Amino acid sequence: MVTIVDAPDGFSGKGFFATSFEHAIGLARKNSLWPLPFATSCCGIEFMATMGAHYDLARFGSERLSFSPRQSDLLMVMGTIAKKMTPILKEVYIQMAEPKWVLSVGACASSGGIFDTYSVLQGIDRIIPVDVYVPGCPPRPEQIISGILKIQDLVGNESLRRRNSQQYTDLLHTFNIE
Amino acid sequence: MNKKEEYLDSLKGDLVSGEEHREYNILNLGPTHPATHGVFQNIMTMDGEFIVHTEQTIGYIHRAFEKLAERRPFYQITPITDRLNYCSSPINNMGWHMTVEKLLGIKIPKRVDYLRVIIMELSRIADHNICNSVVGVDSGALTGFVYLFQQREKIYEIFEEICGARLTSNMGRIGGFERNFSDEAWRKIKVFIEGYPNVLKEFERLLKRNRIFMDRTINVGSISAEQALNYGLTGPNLRAAGVDYDVRVMNPYSSYEDFEFTIPVGSSGDTYDRFMVRQEEMWQSLSIIRQAIDKLEAMPDKNTFFADAPEYYLPPKELVYSSMEALIYHFKIVMGETDIPVGEVYHCVEGGNGELGFYLVSDGGRTPYRLHFRRPCFIYYQAFPEMVEGSMLSDAVLAMSSMNVIAGELDA
Amino acid sequence: MFVVQQELNDRVKMALDARFREDILSYEQQYDMMVITVNKKCINEILRFLYDETFLKFQFLTTLCGIHYPESDKPLGVVYHLHSFKNNQRIRIKTFTEINNPVFPTATNIWKTANWMERETFDFFGLVFDGHPNLKRILNTDDFEGFPLRKEFPLEDQTREDKNNSMFGR
Repeated sequence: MVTIVDAPDGFSGKGFFATSFEHAIGLARKNSLWPLPFATSCCGIEFMATMGAHYDLARFGSERLSFSPRQSDLLMVMGTIAKKMTPILKEVYIQMAEPKWVLSVGACASSGGIFDTYSVLQGIDRIIPVDVYVPGCPPRPEQIISGILKIQDLVGNESLRRRNSQQYTDLLHTFNIE
Repeated sequence: MNKKEEYLDSLKGDLVSGEEHREYNILNLGPTHPATHGVFQNIMTMDGEFIVHTEQTIGYIHRAFEKLAERRPFYQITPITDRLNYCSSPINNMGWHMTVEKLLGIKIPKRVDYLRVIIMELSRIADHNICNSVVGVDSGALTGFVYLFQQREKIYEIFEEICGARLTSNMGRIGGFERNFSDEAWRKIKVFIEGYPNVLKEFERLLKRNRIFMDRTINVGSISAEQALNYGLTGPNLRAAGVDYDVRVMNPYSSYEDFEFTIPVGSSGDTYDRFMVRQEEMWQSLSIIRQAIDKLEAMPDKNTFFADAPEYYLPPKELVYSSMEALIYHFKIVMGETDIPVGEVYHCVEGGNGELGFYLVSDGGRTPYRLHFRRPCFIYYQAFPEMVEGSMLSDAVLAMSSMNVIAGELDA
Repeated sequence: MFVVQQELNDRVKMALDARFREDILSYEQQYDMMVITVNKKCINEILRFLYDETFLKFQFLTTLCGIHYPESDKPLGVVYHLHSFKNNQRIRIKTFTEINNPVFPTATNIWKTANWMERETFDFFGLVFDGHPNLKRILNTDDFEGFPLRKEFPLEDQTREDKNNSMFGR
């Protein structure tokens, strides 16, 4: 069975359908996210379960994993980010092409989790902007899917001009990203 | 002569004559690379497609387990052990509990031992499931992965029924389990051991005699028994090289001496042998689980799930609210008022990847003075250059996934 | 619960006493394992002897780790766990040193597996292994300062500002 997403708001008549670019592009982006799994530890295994037959992330149009940062839209950070890993994560984020979103999966990525230690980065939001946080240690696959759905909402409703705004540039500047 | 030997032989000639000038490329594999299944970096010096030298860098998810453990009471260390080898967390939990029980001198009833055996063998299946299905994926066979991951979900459901968590289980307590296995848990275990053999057989049929798979894995990433011992390999990787060392047999714990099982042993220590050893171990685990269920059913006692050691076993919550004695012990344990003996103990269990050891130094305080984990991954990943130097890049990827290097355990 | 292999332990004791009497500081029995504390200077010979001796054959280095007792006059130590597959016997060997001279001979000439274990010990405790082929930090970054598993090193990330000490009872 093929399910097709509902059309966005717009005007339709005989032989035409008119809507804004924003809606049409948002719809397309939202349902074909290419995630880049940045899996470092336990949450990565739960992500594998999410990709597996039982939970099947493909239902949400995100089954095409892109292991190259340059072709992906969604950075999924899953697992502890140690200080040694920090520059690499930042580099991966910078390499991704706009528009890009970040999903922080698990307590470790979101806040350092139980590892409040000398070697662990206390939350990836110290180095890159994060759109959605998924709590849990590790989160259940349902939670990861819920996080993806939240990201889809953001993607679908994002204004086309957001990435060009001064506000967005300022936001990146606070993370020292040009 | 296999590809690796051929290549090394060709190098030898050059080195002797010293005439031909070779140019090497440097290839950086990792730390985040889809083929490495974890975060470790390999800087490889390549001669065309052959690996001349590889330099490993690890520590990309160093989380300071050993330091963290020095600041936590014994019962709070269980969640840390979860995150060592997260593919088979319950084995780590049980290993840690047994270490503390050894230190405290708690005698564990047979029924608890058998319950633990069931859990540990289920975890072993879950662990080998991931490793073997990923070996399949890396050699280009995605189907097996989907089959086996479906079965992993079933094991997770059993764990959920027993402790409430899927992956990082934090299962059991010092002295036993936190609750008895429910009827639903027993039903799920039985359904699993009924249904799993068919799936495993099907998975085996996909790969075992598959020409492509055999060509990709036989004589790839092999290691000799002497080298394997010198590098400190344990678990399936050592057994694939032909050494029949298994902690369950050599130093039985948790009443493993009561069970009949064989240790599968390979001969050449290559990727195919590692795959087959894990495959056979899953069959053995199934048989152990069946034996444990039979033994438990033959036991008149159906209710014991913890040892009689009230001063160390955290009492059930409902008793804490209703019984004075339980409240006192609960308070004592949580506030660290129990007497902990001074001493040192080493205890090891056969984890999914090999000998998982806990070296615990206690100074009588509520936290360990020092806790060192013997992490099998950390020790055997050293042998990776030995296995792949001289072979091709695509073989290195397979060799790595068949070693089952788990980043959490590797980096502590 | 555990078995003490008295006979085997006595055999190790006798063999070691015969060759290294003055360098062995103590024998003790800790639960199921015999613990031998030895002088630093001949640790390598002792390990080599235990490895080679035909009736002992302690040829498997289970693990190697450091330990720190700040109050002691020899605060830094290395603990070796050896396993003899021949006799199925495990022993623990300890050796200690002063804080200002934390140098030990390497065991990499006996076991290749000692390589990373010693690097880890160097990383955690700042113990230097003389003769090690590639002694540098392994888990932490190269520019990391201090030795995290020494007792005086703080556990928690010192850069955190969002933690209110009064809420954590400190």
